[in-house]
Amino acid sequence: MAQKELLGQIVEVDTDGHFVDYKVWCEDMACEIAKEEGISQLEDGHWKVINFMRDQFCESGECPSLRKITKQSGVDTKEIYSLFPIKPAKTSAKIAGLPKPKGCI
Amino acid sequence: MSEKAEPIKKVSIVISKGGLEDVYPGLIMANGARMEGIEANLFFTFFGLDAIIKERMDHLKVATVGNPGMRLPGGMAMPTMLGGLPGMSAFVTSMMKKEMEAIDIPPVGEFIEMISDSGAGIYACKATVDMFHLKKEDFCSQVNEIITVGEFYEMAAGGQIIFT
Repeated sequence: MAQKELLGQIVEVDTDGHFVDYKVWCEDMACEIAKEEGISQLEDGHWKVINFMRDQFCESGECPSLRKITKQSGVDTKEIYSLFPIKPAKTSAKIAGLPKPKGCI
Repeated sequence: MSEKAEPIKKVSIVISKGGLEDVYPGLIMANGARMEGIEANLFFTFFGLDAIIKERMDHLKVATVGNPGMRLPGGMAMPTMLGGLPGMSAFVTSMMKKEMEAIDIPPVGEFIEMISDSGAGIYACKATVDMFHLKKEDFCSQVNEIITVGEFYEMAAGGQIIFT
């Protein structure tokens, strides 16, 4: 297990940089992780996705599939690919402080 | 381990068969490629064209005849003779669709829309379109173009080709 420093706090992450414990995450950390992923500013659309994913994860213990996100969060497929152009499911999970999504869809 | 392998940047996936179990692997691979930031193109040919024909795309069926891999619910091997019984293909198809929906795999029409919206290209094979006397209007709106095999190779340049 690796560690990284975010906003002066030591956070445990997996080898791909996903949080081990989603509870240590905060919104300011999301902005920092987003910058590392090449997203300079988190807009409303990003937050819609991040908040939806965290709500779903709290409920079910799993990251929602991309299909679920695009059907239920209010951000459709075209938009999610423009918000998170590279690896939308993984990148949004990483920014939201969640583990790597396990689904194929 | 030797040095890290070069990541795949582009794939062109050919779907040449029209059974439900023939079409989905290619769709899942194309969608999965886009999810990984890989450029993807889908090329439909022969009976695979059914997956992008408006009237047919959501009515694909599992081939139960000549399929020794078929299992009964519970996991017992299904005698291949049973595959030919009337209604068997429809029954197995509805079972499989239910299982797919449970793990969030969309119906073909929705999946094609999702893949197209993700930025992948969707193409139909000109030779087959001519052979089957099909027209552009027969296809779903996500089909970018009807192209020749030569154009397919041009489009696939610099990437990997996967034939299914």
